[in-house]
Amino acid sequence: MNIHEYQAKELFEKFGVATPKGQVADTPEAAKEVAASLGSNIVVKAQVHAGGRGKGTFKNGFQGGVHLVNTAVEAAGIAEKMIGQTLVTHQTGEEGKLVSKIMVADAVDIEKEYYLSILMDRESRSPVIVASTEGGVNIEEVAEKTPEKIHKEVIHPLLGIQPYEIRNLASKLGLSGDTAKQFGKLLNGLFKLFMCCDCTMVEVNPLVTTPDGDVLALDAKFDFDDNALYRHPEIAELHDPTEEDPREVEAAKFDLNYIGLDGNIACLVNGAGLAMATMDIIKHSGGEPANFLDVGGGATQEQVRNAFKIILGDSNVKAILVNIFGGIMDCDVIAKGIVAACGEVDLNIPLVVRLEGNNVEAGKKTLAGSDVDLISADTLADAAQKAVAAIA
Amino acid sequence: MPLKRQSLLSLNQELSNAIPMAILVDENTKILIQGITGSFGGRHAQLSLDYGTQLVAGVTPGKGGQKFADTVPIFDTVGDAVAETGATVSAIFVPPPFAGDAILEAVDAGVDLVVAITEGIPVMDMMKVRAAMKDSGARLIGPNCPGIVTPGSGENSQGGCRIGIAPGYIHMRGKVGVVSRSGTLTYEAVYQLTSLGLGQSTCVGIGGDPINGTSHLDVLKMFNDDPETEAIIMIGEIGGTAEEEAAAWAKENCDKPIAGFIAGATAPPGRRMGHAGAIVSGGKGTAEAKIAAMQEAGIEVAQNPSDMGQALISAMG
Repeated sequence: MNIHEYQAKELFEKFGVATPKGQVADTPEAAKEVAASLGSNIVVKAQVHAGGRGKGTFKNGFQGGVHLVNTAVEAAGIAEKMIGQTLVTHQTGEEGKLVSKIMVADAVDIEKEYYLSILMDRESRSPVIVASTEGGVNIEEVAEKTPEKIHKEVIHPLLGIQPYEIRNLASKLGLSGDTAKQFGKLLNGLFKLFMCCDCTMVEVNPLVTTPDGDVLALDAKFDFDDNALYRHPEIAELHDPTEEDPREVEAAKFDLNYIGLDGNIACLVNGAGLAMATMDIIKHSGGEPANFLDVGGGATQEQVRNAFKIILGDSNVKAILVNIFGGIMDCDVIAKGIVAACGEVDLNIPLVVRLEGNNVEAGKKTLAGSDVDLISADTLADAAQKAVAAIA
Repeated sequence: MPLKRQSLLSLNQELSNAIPMAILVDENTKILIQGITGSFGGRHAQLSLDYGTQLVAGVTPGKGGQKFADTVPIFDTVGDAVAETGATVSAIFVPPPFAGDAILEAVDAGVDLVVAITEGIPVMDMMKVRAAMKDSGARLIGPNCPGIVTPGSGENSQGGCRIGIAPGYIHMRGKVGVVSRSGTLTYEAVYQLTSLGLGQSTCVGIGGDPINGTSHLDVLKMFNDDPETEAIIMIGEIGGTAEEEAAAWAKENCDKPIAGFIAGATAPPGRRMGHAGAIVSGGKGTAEAKIAAMQEAGIEVAQNPSDMGQALISAMG
């Protein structure tokens, strides 16, 4: 789950992580008011979940989703051109993203940019802090080309961050005196935020020092553990469904695990591992999967029906492959779901079904006794080959 | 964490000396289920009883004194259940918010093995649970896993030990060890093996979460040491580096034939594919890297999930 820059700023403020002064606005008047409370170097930024905002273009022709201004009136003018408009960047695709809010903040003088992140590391089963003197750039490239510039501290899962660990990192970043102290306060707050909000990653890039010796978090990226959102209603609320693939939003409503892809053979599978393997075998047989879809181990007829609707809502789909290994799940439940779904939607593309496992005979009977036009398959390989052949 | 395990450990040691085991569990292993009165836990408790598993107790706080299926006593605490019945393994069917606590309760009560079926436990909880278990001597399998099956020798493999949610009837007692991160993909592999006439010693689902209790490597070591296991199938998926670590160890140390499969070669990077741990991030955890590491270690990797059983036959030469 992603959150907006202004929401990140609000979280930072709550946990004592220093950021440039500023506020979010959703009207030109509000932008003017915020700007009037700031200095004479002000930045106005469109709030969308996409990189490349600065170089983006609005569909109304206005250039750039990030602007520097000097007065409140200028800020309001920029706000007027951004709010309610659609911004296209290299990450949004042609359709772009609607901008409904903008951020108005002090444009700080930067002395030096750094990189700072905390992530849940699966190998050490601990939070790991990563810091580098190379900020504002792609950290993966830094790690590859100059690994000596990446500094890590593995934090004890139960003890949490220790003062010496902060001193180590400050020293490796070349920070001293009051700047080091400010860095320590910021990192302490960031670690507390990471733990308290069930983050799996929080990345500050860049972290900056100013000529006055201040240490500020300029931009941030968060990853929250979806499994822990139940205990953070305030974070779950930050979720912005308009920023996501509408098919995925729809699937989530029915507890279906769906990820849209670019191919034309849709698949409906039970179990995440088998769903991935089904995508793989489609590709292996010369086709391209249109999606990942795990209906779970205990899917109901209703879920199968909704899964079909979501699959068929994708106009690229030219064939459907249903692959069910009914371990505990009853194959007949799936079969009835397929029949019910086909009764509701006008199925005019090939449907290949491979059922195996629990109560498979009843399931096959249900399918055979219905008027659903389908191609049945015996094994996984057989199913994939038939689906690919059906659209050849 | 206080330890109250000595007597049970030595008792278990005697048992395992007396009876030829597959790995981890066999038909004499006494298990208890935490969350036995929930609909999911209850359903699978019944299936385990039907399979012939020694399910000796259930635990649901507040329901102590009741019985499950008229035969299995239910206790308020795991401590009581262990003391009364001598169970050495606990299966966790407790909902995610309470699962971390349930695992620690089982460990503290002195069981040897905790099998956490629950899907959706916050990773922060698992990080703390793993750290707290460090010196306890207990082993955790899962979470977010199908569990363990050591097939029995009866009809449809009944009479064995089934812990978790795997379909018992697809198994067959035999000599192939199976270890996997995915549930349905394990069933697929087991089904292929059984169809080919190759029985299984033990099938272990280690789960799809980023932080789990037991790794591929841990299970490979157990299979390598187990006289009943003659060949191994290792099934992995994208995310993390556990398969690479297991392969590197196997190359130097494993003297049994291994076949494998990695799911997710076509998964887009940066997306979680159903399992919390199935994600390629920062270029790490790709199927290509895992397949290459396994092949480098002499593991016969099936290119196609339909061929896992056949790959094992090739590996066995």
